[in-house]
Amino acid sequence: MHTFNDPRIMRQVIMDHYEHPRNRGQLTLAGVKTIHMDTAGCIDDIHVNLMMENGIIKALSFDGVACTISTASTSIMTELCAGKTKAEATYIVEQYMKMIHAQPYDDSVLGEAMVFQNTYKQASRIKCATLGWQGLATLLKEEN
Amino acid sequence: MTLHKIRRDFPILKKKIKGKPFVYFDNAATSLKPRQVVAAISHYYDHMPVNAGRGEYDLAFQLEQAIEAARQTVAQFIHAHEHEVIFTTGTTMGMNMVAQSYAMTHLHQGDEIIITESEHAANVLPWYQVADKTGAKIIILELDEQQRLTPQLLKPFLSARTKIVAFADVSNVLGTKTDVKAISQLVHEVGGLVVVDGAQSVPHLPTDVHDTDVDFLAFSGHKMLGPTGIGVLYGKEVLLKKMQPFFTGGGMSLRYNKQQQVKYAPIPQMFEAGTQHWSGILGLKAAIEYLNRIGLPWIHKQEMMLRDYALAGLKAIPHIHIYNPQTDSAIIAFNIDGVNPQDAATYFNSQGIAVRSGQHCARNLVEYLKTDGTVRWSAYFYNTKAEVDRFLKAAKNGRNFLDAYFQ
Repeated sequence: MHTFNDPRIMRQVIMDHYEHPRNRGQLTLAGVKTIHMDTAGCIDDIHVNLMMENGIIKALSFDGVACTISTASTSIMTELCAGKTKAEATYIVEQYMKMIHAQPYDDSVLGEAMVFQNTYKQASRIKCATLGWQGLATLLKEEN
Repeated sequence: MTLHKIRRDFPILKKKIKGKPFVYFDNAATSLKPRQVVAAISHYYDHMPVNAGRGEYDLAFQLEQAIEAARQTVAQFIHAHEHEVIFTTGTTMGMNMVAQSYAMTHLHQGDEIIITESEHAANVLPWYQVADKTGAKIIILELDEQQRLTPQLLKPFLSARTKIVAFADVSNVLGTKTDVKAISQLVHEVGGLVVVDGAQSVPHLPTDVHDTDVDFLAFSGHKMLGPTGIGVLYGKEVLLKKMQPFFTGGGMSLRYNKQQQVKYAPIPQMFEAGTQHWSGILGLKAAIEYLNRIGLPWIHKQEMMLRDYALAGLKAIPHIHIYNPQTDSAIIAFNIDGVNPQDAATYFNSQGIAVRSGQHCARNLVEYLKTDGTVRWSAYFYNTKAEVDRFLKAAKNGRNFLDAYFQ
C-alpha cells in the first residue's frame, strides 16, 4: 500500500507542484542542453534544460507554459532525476513511461511521480503527463 | 419544426459519455451529422459506387448528374453561379487555393495583404507563404475594443498597394460578425480583393456572395452537418479565369501532348484534379437540404437563444472570465479562474460535456486576449437549454477540476 494511492494526497501533490513548480526557469550555466517540447493540439509549450557533469545530472529545470498535469509531472521529474547518473535517470524515465502506459514497472524509483499512476485511465492526458519526461529522455540519449 | 424531432435525426445525441448523456458544445470545431446526411453518403457506396465523368455507362452518367445537381444546390445556398463553385477538401484548401493559384502569380514586391490578429491558421499561414515567395507585405490588423474588423478600423490601412484583404466573416474564437458588404466596398474602391473565411458563418447565417460582392469565399462541409473532407471555394468567374490550377492531373485536363502543350477543362472543373470526394459532395448536398428545410432564420434564432442563456449563466458565476461578451454567435471563449483551460475541458468531459480548449488555431490572438488559451463553448441549433444547464452546473463546479483525473 503506497501513500500515493490516496486520491486526496495525490491531488495535493499535483496541486502543490502545479502552484509551486520546482526547478522552474532557465539554466544559465555553461554546457546546458535545452529541448523545446510542444504539441500542435494544446497549449503546452515548455523547454527542458539539462546540465551534465562527469556523467551526473548537475542541474535539471524547465520553463514555459503548460497545464496542471504537464507542469506537475515535469516538476516532479526534475526533483527525482537531479543528481542521478545518466543510467539511473534513464531507468527512472523508463519506469515512469511503463507506469503511464499501464505496464509492469519498478515503483521503488518513482517517488512522488506515483501520483500519475492512474493516467492510463485518462488517455487524453497521457501526452500531458509525459511531455517533460520525453524531453529528458531525448536529452539523455544525446549525452555520450 | 420541433427540437425534439430534430434531435431524433442525430443518433449520437443518445450516446452516454462517462455514464452521462453526451452533451456536444464543440460545434465550431465540427457539427454533428443527421442520419439524412449519412444516408446520402451510404447511398453513393450502395447504389452508385463508380467514378463520374470517366465512363459511358449509366451509373457513371447518373453520378455525374448528381454531382452537378449538388453544385447547383451549393450555388443556390450562397447565391452564386454554378461554375463559380469549386469543390475542395475544406476551408483550409480553399484558402490555400486562392493563395497558390491567384496570389502567388498576381502579387509582387511592395504589394500588401491585410489580415486580422484573430484569423484562424488557415487564413494566416497561406499568406505567410505568399509573402515569402512574392515579397508582398502582410499587415496584421489589431482588433478594436469591440473585437471586430470594422470599416473604420480597416480604412487607414487601405491604399493602391492593398491587393488582398482576408478575414473571417465570423471569428472562430471571438464569435464576432464582420460587416462583409461594407468592407468589400471599401476594399474594391482601392482595387483590392476580398477573401472571406466562411467556415463559421455559412453554417449559421444566410450567405449571399452576390450581395456582399466578395471575391472569394471558402467554407467547410463538416461544420454544416456535412461529411469531413469536403468543402467549397467560391470565386468570381473573372478571377477564376485568371488563375492557374495548383493541383493538376486527371479530370481537369482536356488534352495534352508530349510537346507539353496542355488544354485544361473550363472552370470550375479546372480546379478539381483527380477523382473527387463523390460521397462527400452528395453528403454536403443532403446537409444543405437539411439546413434549408429547417431554415437558417430558425437556426439563427435558436442559436441566439442558447447564446443569451449561456452568457447570462456564465456571467452569474464569479470565478468565470468571459473573453468575448459581445459575441454575435453561439461561440463563447472563457476560463475558470486559476484553472488551465485544458484541465477545465477535461473536467467538462468527465461530466459528459464536449468543449474545446487551447488557442483554437488562432495563435496570433494570444496577445490580444492576454491568455495562453481559453475554453470554447459553441452551440448549434440542435442544442437545448437543458444541455446549457448541465454545462453551467459543471462550470460552477469547475474549480474542482482534478476530480476528473481521479475518476
